[in-house]
Amino acid sequence: MATVSVASSVESRPQPSAPLVPKVKASGLSFYYGAFRALKELDLVVHENCVTALIGPSGCGKSTFLRCFNRMHDLYPGNRYEGEIRLYPDDINLLAPGVDPIEVRMRLSMVFQKPNPFPKSIFENVAYGLRVRGERSGRTLEGKVEAALRDAALWSEVKDRLHQLAFNLSGGQQQRLCIARALATDPELMLFDEPTSSLDPIATASIEELIADLKKKVTILIVTHNMQQAARVSDFTAYMYLGQLIEFGRTDELFIKPKNKQTEDYITGRFG
Amino acid sequence: MGVTEHISKAFEADLDATRTRVLQMGGLVEAQILAAIQAYASGDAVLIEQVIANDERVNGYEVAIDGACGQLLVRRQPAATDLRLVMAISKIVTDLERIGDEAEKIARMAKGIHEGGAHHAQRFPAIRHMAQIAVKMLRQALDAFARLDVASAAEVLKEDSAIDDEFRSVLRQLITYMMEDPRTISASLETVWVAKAVERIGDHAKNIAEQVIYIVKGTDVRHTSFADIERELSKE
Ligand SMILES: Nc1ncnc2c1ncn2[C@@H]1O[C@H](COP(=O)(O)OP(=O)(O)OP(=O)(O)O)[C@@H](O)[C@H]1O
Ligand SMILES: [Mg+2]
Repeated sequence: MATVSVASSVESRPQPSAPLVPKVKASGLSFYYGAFRALKELDLVVHENCVTALIGPSGCGKSTFLRCFNRMHDLYPGNRYEGEIRLYPDDINLLAPGVDPIEVRMRLSMVFQKPNPFPKSIFENVAYGLRVRGERSGRTLEGKVEAALRDAALWSEVKDRLHQLAFNLSGGQQQRLCIARALATDPELMLFDEPTSSLDPIATASIEELIADLKKKVTILIVTHNMQQAARVSDFTAYMYLGQLIEFGRTDELFIKPKNKQTEDYITGRFG
Repeated sequence: MGVTEHISKAFEADLDATRTRVLQMGGLVEAQILAAIQAYASGDAVLIEQVIANDERVNGYEVAIDGACGQLLVRRQPAATDLRLVMAISKIVTDLERIGDEAEKIARMAKGIHEGGAHHAQRFPAIRHMAQIAVKMLRQALDAFARLDVASAAEVLKEDSAIDDEFRSVLRQLITYMMEDPRTISASLETVWVAKAVERIGDHAKNIAEQVIYIVKGTDVRHTSFADIERELSKE
């Protein structure tokens, strides 16, 4: 593996003066699993080409929030949304009944905690989303698969065994494969749910490096339980507790001088 | 800043132990200044040697506390208040160590002056008075650190101009002496160095107070006018 460099240097972070363009904006977002209200009137803006980290104790609703974006909750009856999540620049409400969840999922992509490659070859894993979207040309597929694998920093490791089963890859490679799969369809927004929690420090560092690189092209929202990871990779951090957004701010400010006592207690590891 | 404790008892204990060591180091440094000034006034050779020897202990504290800060950073990756505390401690011990150096310097000058058999008892009261202000500032800064008391830290910042005024007045007084009687020049210059050392102690105490404000408020008030600091601190 190539040497791992610092994921995101201080200088590369957006300066306070840099104009921030909203990519998505949740407002008054509540979510119900049947009668249980898991999200409570959440307001949050995710800025374009920035990494926003979502932190908070287990069960506070981070995964629930991410799943609202790609309408994964629609798959189960009894789930209900209130409020909206607007996607820019189109300014469409992702939660509007008229919006097709399949359309939505094409513009966003999600990477989960455990790498979940399909029981197919490396090539087919990455080509999958493209095929679903009707891409038939072998040339185009090959080109896009290579580009996605390169973007996911996996190309050099797999280029000679593209047709082997994806399960033969190491955990870190599988996770980068999932990122390549998510990238292949050119998403505008990538949602990561604890993408490195099952990886070793080297694999973690390479994923973090990748995230720093990807944000030039896409907007990233990442859930992490690792405070140092949030501090390393993100430009903005949101702290959630019991389904509510407690504090949102620039990562450096939030980790040095949080405004809210609850945030402070959480990030310093104190009893709430 | 709340009274809530860390979930990790070991972390809580490590932080407490480090804080306590800073206060112990502060106590030692304060004793060093008092002894150095005493030695300067009396020429007590035993006391002079004691101050010089004790500086090793001050240095030892600095190294040990800095090491503890490194450990805390590596093992605990502190954030927010904890991070500010560790960063501040690492700066505070540098200031305490420098104060220790000033005390040692005063003791060495006392040695030179008294071995040379010079007499200039008339200068002692002014130096003593300056030293009293400096020690008071240091004590208050350490007290503000122990209690994380911003109001008290702000008072130390104000005191600093008093010690600067005092220094200028000592200087004027000495210049007058030197002009009137050139034979006092060499002794007067020694006194100027002692006064300067005391004035530096005041500066370091001020730095410590600034770090206390940083720990509590998260604002860096270094190189800021006192009026601006007061305005900043009155904000909530
Ligand atoms: N399918 C479901 N049906 C009912 N309640 C659910 C469901 N999924 C999650 N919840 C509840 O919703 C709340 C938020 O869960 P969620 O998985 O979003 O938390 P999280 O912040 O991602 O936690 P973790 O950090 O442990 O992953 C929890 O109280 C959880 O028990
Ligand atoms: Mg989760």
